[in-house]
Amino acid sequence: MAEFTLPKNSKIKPGKHFSAPEGATNVRTFSIYRWSPDDDQNPHVDTYDIDMDNCGPMVLDALIKIKNEVDPSLTFRRSCREGICGSCAMNIDGTNTLACTKSIDECADGKKDVKVYPLPHMSVVKDLVPDMTHFYAQYASVEPWLKTKTPVSQSAERLQSKEDREKLDGLYECILCACCSTSCPSYWWNSDKYLGPAILLQSYRWLADSRDEAKGERLDALEDPFKLYRCHTIMNCTNTCPKGLNPGKAIGEIKKMIAERAL
Amino acid sequence: MQKERPLSPHLQVYKPQMTSMLSIVHRGTGVFLALGTPLLVYWLVQLAAGPTAYQQMQDCFSHWIVQILLLGWTFALFYHLSNGIRHLFWDVGKGFEMSALHKSGYAVIASAILLTVITVFIAYSGGA
Repeated sequence: MAEFTLPKNSKIKPGKHFSAPEGATNVRTFSIYRWSPDDDQNPHVDTYDIDMDNCGPMVLDALIKIKNEVDPSLTFRRSCREGICGSCAMNIDGTNTLACTKSIDECADGKKDVKVYPLPHMSVVKDLVPDMTHFYAQYASVEPWLKTKTPVSQSAERLQSKEDREKLDGLYECILCACCSTSCPSYWWNSDKYLGPAILLQSYRWLADSRDEAKGERLDALEDPFKLYRCHTIMNCTNTCPKGLNPGKAIGEIKKMIAERAL
Repeated sequence: MQKERPLSPHLQVYKPQMTSMLSIVHRGTGVFLALGTPLLVYWLVQLAAGPTAYQQMQDCFSHWIVQILLLGWTFALFYHLSNGIRHLFWDVGKGFEMSALHKSGYAVIASAILLTVITVFIAYSGGA
């Protein structure tokens, strides 16, 4: 049963405030979710006033500046800072996106606080770091590799026509940042059994591959009341994907494949 | 000893999106319509039971609270119908692009309101 409120230990309390340095004229406030396993406090929101004349343009720039100059205990994942690794996925200004490609000016119309929370409805390891173990286990469960039955030729690769290769466009670009899955209310309430948009898009990436020879088994594995069909075409996934992909459409294609093979 | 990890906020922080709002209204109207079905049965029973019973029902239905509820059911029916058609397009793999989603979403809202207004107009002008 869906729990619409947060458990007692997850309720958010107000936190500390960090003022901008003296003389800063272009100040923006960042309200950031904090939780540490090492004390007995509930999660809280700390606010940081940042001098924007002395800060890079992206939300990740501000987070790094806070960690370097204001509060070294602030914890978040980041790596590539150019939208290809998916590490810095978080909830910024009310929707899920990558901190490295989200411009600060775009948040709250460039006026009010920039609100930063971890990806929604996830177990929090520390501050903005969610536990991705279950998400990755779900990814492994769709067996994301090329499966073949015909023996491989000694002299050539498994070839694919240009048209067949094009069918993978919009699928192979997924970086598994989990922005889409954690924007999906259905995934919030049923993530124990429902695979969620990211994993289903990944599953479709193999179903759509002309070289893969396990289509039947793959569809069999998805055909139950929860893994695939908890998708109610809410479409928050496509709305939030920082890579501009369309997981909702990929899920629709899988449902169509299952309907068509039953005909 | 490590304390239990918290659950990150979800409904509390996620900005309402047009996509999810239309979806939850679809579910809400579905539930509301299901609740209204006994009333439809009551209407049919009273219709079959003769003029006195029918008049009794009419008196009940013309109370302003029931009138407002009937307006609600009318809108719920047309919203659920229109959005149901939107779902049928998705079922055949069409209309998944963000621009199409916004257009079809506004079309559903417009058609639900328009059909409700037409129905109310016909009902109160004593026609049909």
